[in-house]
Amino acid sequence: MMNAIRRIATGTLALVGLSLLAAGTSWSAPSGTPIRIGSTLALTGPLASTALVHQIVGQIYVEQVNKKDGLLGRPVEWIVKDDQSKPDLARTLYEQIITVDKVDLLMGPYATGAILSAMGVAQRYNKILIHHTFGIPSLAKYDAQFPTWSLGPDPATTFPNTLFDAVAALPKPPKTIAIVTSKFPSVHFMSLGAREVAKKRGLQEVIFLEWDFGNREFGPIAGRVKDAKPDLVWVGAIGLEGNQLLDAMKKIDYAPPLHFHMYPAPGPMVVAPEAKNALAATIFEEHPPFTNNPGAAEFVKLFNERATKAGLPYTGVETQAAASYSAWQVLDAAVTATKSLDDKVLADWLRKNRVDTIQGKLRFDGPSNYGDDLMRLKQVQNGRWVTVWPKSVAAPGATLMTN
Amino acid sequence: MGLPSATLLAQSVLSGVFIGALYGLLGLGLSLSWGLLRQINLAHFALAFLGAYLCYQLAGAGVDPLLTLLIIVPAFFALGVALQWLFARFDISAFNSLLVTFGLTVIIEAAIQSIWTADFRRLESVYGNAKFKLGVLYIPVPELLTLLLALALSLAIWAALRFTDLGRAMRAAAEDGPIAAAFGVNQPALALLLSGVCAALAGVAGVCIALSYTLAPAQIYAWIGVVFAAVMMGGLGRALGPIVAGIVIGVSEAITMAVTAPSWAPLVSFSLLIVVLLARPGKVQ
Repeated sequence: MMNAIRRIATGTLALVGLSLLAAGTSWSAPSGTPIRIGSTLALTGPLASTALVHQIVGQIYVEQVNKKDGLLGRPVEWIVKDDQSKPDLARTLYEQIITVDKVDLLMGPYATGAILSAMGVAQRYNKILIHHTFGIPSLAKYDAQFPTWSLGPDPATTFPNTLFDAVAALPKPPKTIAIVTSKFPSVHFMSLGAREVAKKRGLQEVIFLEWDFGNREFGPIAGRVKDAKPDLVWVGAIGLEGNQLLDAMKKIDYAPPLHFHMYPAPGPMVVAPEAKNALAATIFEEHPPFTNNPGAAEFVKLFNERATKAGLPYTGVETQAAASYSAWQVLDAAVTATKSLDDKVLADWLRKNRVDTIQGKLRFDGPSNYGDDLMRLKQVQNGRWVTVWPKSVAAPGATLMTN
Repeated sequence: MGLPSATLLAQSVLSGVFIGALYGLLGLGLSLSWGLLRQINLAHFALAFLGAYLCYQLAGAGVDPLLTLLIIVPAFFALGVALQWLFARFDISAFNSLLVTFGLTVIIEAAIQSIWTADFRRLESVYGNAKFKLGVLYIPVPELLTLLLALALSLAIWAALRFTDLGRAMRAAAEDGPIAAAFGVNQPALALLLSGVCAALAGVAGVCIALSYTLAPAQIYAWIGVVFAAVMMGGLGRALGPIVAGIVIGVSEAITMAVTAPSWAPLVSFSLLIVVLLARPGKVQ
């Protein structure tokens, strides 16, 4: 009799346990009204090639979060509109996202101009704006904007110092420098900063040239750099400009001993033979120690898959994708920690706390809410980008090379 | 600022000639379409980039980039004929053609982005790195091919318009359609033929772009200003005008970049256009 009772009791407990387990599974799936996050991206127009990276990253994050508990137990819905690479249109669309779509939260658009537009709208409606690709920190005046591209508050001074520290550690440090730059705002101010820093550090500037963004012909610029015979060339280039200059240099049989490019399109540069040993700035590359950061390895795997599926010629995670994913991580961390969607509560929390992201810990308590300068130096070596400086984050076995 | 070396100056002039030839080649079809068909065909630039992407695609499948002309030229000729048929069918005026072809440009750009994505594409071919040295000057083969194609096509079309009955009929139809028709000129058929030729020229320009430049859909718009300047300076409907004007602009830009601040170069094309308009009023159409 006792055995029968024990068996019934055990069976009942097992059933209850299984029911609770089943119920537990359903509790962890997000439910209720979706949390709507709105943003624009330059899905068409001249910035579309890079904005595509941000679109893939956003999709990955939304899928990941919805597979888990969502945000505050609710599913996340991302409303993304095409700003056509036009900051004025981004302004209108953010207005629409807030007033018509009535989103709960905002995410920043791609590139400095559009972010500046979105920032104005966010400020008018007291919404927080977490953004991933704002290049000129001094222009970020709104106190509830939070940058996840960890440039630091004064990148025009700090980053050139990082580069010049790296090349100064070479067995034969450069003595002369050519600074050639696009007049695209977010690279131009960095180049002007590099001029100042180079002067202070005793590097002799042998030539300084500027071109308008959209320049098609780089032959004469290449010729002038060749004639100047610099030890180091600082190329204040964005997108394809660095490739175009190197291509023009190749046509006159010239390869600079050391050449740095501010924001090159990562794919075209890594595959171009003339870009051997090209240097560039980065906050993340697909190797340790970056891939040891929380969520990094999983994100890299997912991004590689999605980028391949989307037909991107370069499928690796670097600055753009890392800053973008960090932005979602920061938003997630603030909402989860405060259990709130209130913009003021979220902004207050972000100002006081550090957030773990795939590029490292981010803080927002410096000038213009910028924290540490996490910009590193990477180099094209054997057909891939590897971080070479500072040594603490260099890819295993990688050192700075010269041509 | 010191004076540039003679080698730098000569190499820059050569670069200017090469890029000027591309301005001229892009402008040739546009000029013919504007001057003889009275259509301001903005879609010419989109067609050129479509040609460039097709060249990239076919070359990726193992076809020699120059041999892709055998496919692209007839295909684009047919496309041009079809477009002209539609223009005639809906009786699109010169001004409306600007709007319609702008719309067409946006559609073609969207199609390119949909097929090849917005990311950069670079054609890798045997021509890409080919160059030779002439004295102290470096001659890149893709740019040289562009120059030769541009010169050959401009001369061939100039000769056809000047010395053949077909060419005379085209010019007559552009000058005064009703009178030309009264003399037996089949204006609609000539328009179809001319539109086909203009589209085919866009295809050739596209192959030249693919040989020398990295492609992105939005770059369609990067060429419009300078090529329009070359077309207007060269004279509408004139076959040799665009290449001459293109080379003048290209060389002026290159010398500006070699001697002064490169950021002044974009001012050159429109400054030259204004100078020509002031110096030769009524001669620039």
